[in-house]
Amino acid sequence: MSGRLLGIEDLSVSFGTPEGSARAVDRVSFALDRGETLGVVGESGCGKSVTSLSILGLIPSPPGRIDSGRIVFEGRNLLEVSPEDLRRIRGREISMIFQEPMTSLNPVLPIGRQVAEPLRVHRGLSNAQALAQAVEWLERVKLPAARRRLDDYPHQLSGGMRQRVMIAMAMVCRPKLLIADEPTTALDVTIQAQILSLMVGLKEEMGMSLLLITHNLGVVAQMASRVVVMYAGQVVEEAPVADLFDRPFHPYTQGLLRSMPRRRGRCAGRTRRLTEIPGIVPAITETFTGCRFTARCPHAFHRCREEAPGLFGIRRGQQARCWLREFPERRDARA
Amino acid sequence: MPEAPLLRVSELVKHFPQGGGILAKPKAWLKAVSGVSFDVHRGESFGLVGESGCGKTTIGRMVLRLIEPTSGRIEFDGLDISQLNRGEFGRLRRRMQIIFQDPYSSLDPRMPVEQIVTEPLLAGRRPPRAERRRIAERLLDKVGLRGADLGKYPHEFSGGQRQRIGIARALCVRPELIVADEPVSALDVSIQAQVINLLQDLQQEFGLSYIFISHDLSVVEHVCHRVAVMYLGSIVELAPADEFSRKPRHPYTEGLLAAVPLPDPHCRAAPFAMEGDVPSPIDPPPGCPFHPRCRYVFGRCQAEKPSLAAAAAGHRVACWLNDGRGLS
Repeated sequence: MSGRLLGIEDLSVSFGTPEGSARAVDRVSFALDRGETLGVVGESGCGKSVTSLSILGLIPSPPGRIDSGRIVFEGRNLLEVSPEDLRRIRGREISMIFQEPMTSLNPVLPIGRQVAEPLRVHRGLSNAQALAQAVEWLERVKLPAARRRLDDYPHQLSGGMRQRVMIAMAMVCRPKLLIADEPTTALDVTIQAQILSLMVGLKEEMGMSLLLITHNLGVVAQMASRVVVMYAGQVVEEAPVADLFDRPFHPYTQGLLRSMPRRRGRCAGRTRRLTEIPGIVPAITETFTGCRFTARCPHAFHRCREEAPGLFGIRRGQQARCWLREFPERRDARA
Repeated sequence: MPEAPLLRVSELVKHFPQGGGILAKPKAWLKAVSGVSFDVHRGESFGLVGESGCGKTTIGRMVLRLIEPTSGRIEFDGLDISQLNRGEFGRLRRRMQIIFQDPYSSLDPRMPVEQIVTEPLLAGRRPPRAERRRIAERLLDKVGLRGADLGKYPHEFSGGQRQRIGIARALCVRPELIVADEPVSALDVSIQAQVINLLQDLQQEFGLSYIFISHDLSVVEHVCHRVAVMYLGSIVELAPADEFSRKPRHPYTEGLLAAVPLPDPHCRAAPFAMEGDVPSPIDPPPGCPFHPRCRYVFGRCQAEKPSLAAAAAGHRVACWLNDGRGLS
């Protein structure tokens, strides 16, 4: 079972703000194959969450608006299907888990019923059947003493347990695609490791695809097979995970990797400075003529200010939005 | 004979009452910190790491006397801070400052930056306005903001810039010790590096000591000279920063380090996931607090709590496995 499962093509999303319309996602394209894990990384405001919310039609409108593009899932453009069809797809074909399980679980409903709900809605199971399967799933996601906790409310669980409940709820209908938006960011590192290994296990077992949205480069390195890097609403680089970490092309990707404190290992130099990316992320309302990273880029030259670069092919499977591809001598000029 | 430490914390305990009422007795006690001791030297960065609820933040607050300890001693520059009266402590308090995690909620939204960064001066001799302005300009320059920013309000700044404002405010009274409580956790990776570098530069320039509280092991390892790993209110391991990551001797430290996803796609260790959750600090397990999750557990661990004992030079571990052999 292989081939394209999801294709995002030229997606643009804007939000109305008091200062006028702001484009949060600008002509973003990427694709996801069956059984693949694609990582989408970037810092706050880069548009990674807005992109993922668009897939399921979860952008609040107004103020949000999808300006253009297609989101093709198994051959159908999700931006054109009827609301009923989209509801059928949501939770059954595509599920999503979020960063903060407390805000995405219903606080006044026992967790057993919440996990069972998609089965009643999408599969038409009776309450008893749905609940029986919910228990099975809660045990599979290793919720301790699952059977006893069916009548518990979300606030009675720890953060890690709530995320397990979320995962169970997302998995009960055996979706083809799981979108995980910062699934472990709110969790402690030992709990993060448990949740990540749970997700890897379930993904393998079910042959599902995973769209993993995160700011954590460690999580991406461990989980993804391909990575999309976003900056200021655009894809700036895309590459197989090994190439991204070994041979990043875009100065922003390079900066991100270098600014990370690394475990010291054997080179015991003490006061090694981190490499900074100077400046700050541009505001979403800003307009650009040239490359959006120019102001922070160590290699920027006149071309970067004058004209926005397109995505250039770097090597097999890798592309970057950077003029250095066309003018490689500029990289050494000032670096 | 080494120099006397700037800060000495001995047998610090904090229990928070749970339930009960104004007159009713509390139903239970949350044992946030149970007998913690450590020193912080001048010019040193001392890291406190651990997962949420391990007591690291509570310790930071007690050092500044923002909350009172249940028992134990805190000595700053040889003075027992709990014995000082208000005035004396007020003077001492200027020598220690705090930086908070959330740069959004820790700055008064209705105050311009000039007032925010010089506010600590109001507790002292209240310099005239012109001098306050000069001090504010100098501080902003030190943390990499511009003099033109003085009249702006917090909402006009990004998260990283707000954290710089918080740092400028802490520096205002020329402190010797700064408690930095998750100072970069709310920031993006590229901004995190800027703030970490700034904190290190300031340390060099002013000879500052830091208590650096964080859950991020890579950050702590990068910034700190020594690291204390906490679990359920106790220090389980205390070691020089590079030893703690290369030769962890406590099973919890080992598990914590193994849980960090490495930013290297070629090194995909099946993350050895430590089983279970941290137990409740209201009813901590008897014996070693880590024994229910420990893969090396044996009889003694359940009965008796190990104390921090030397394992190597400058390296102490609270574990019954430790008699110089470390982990098998």
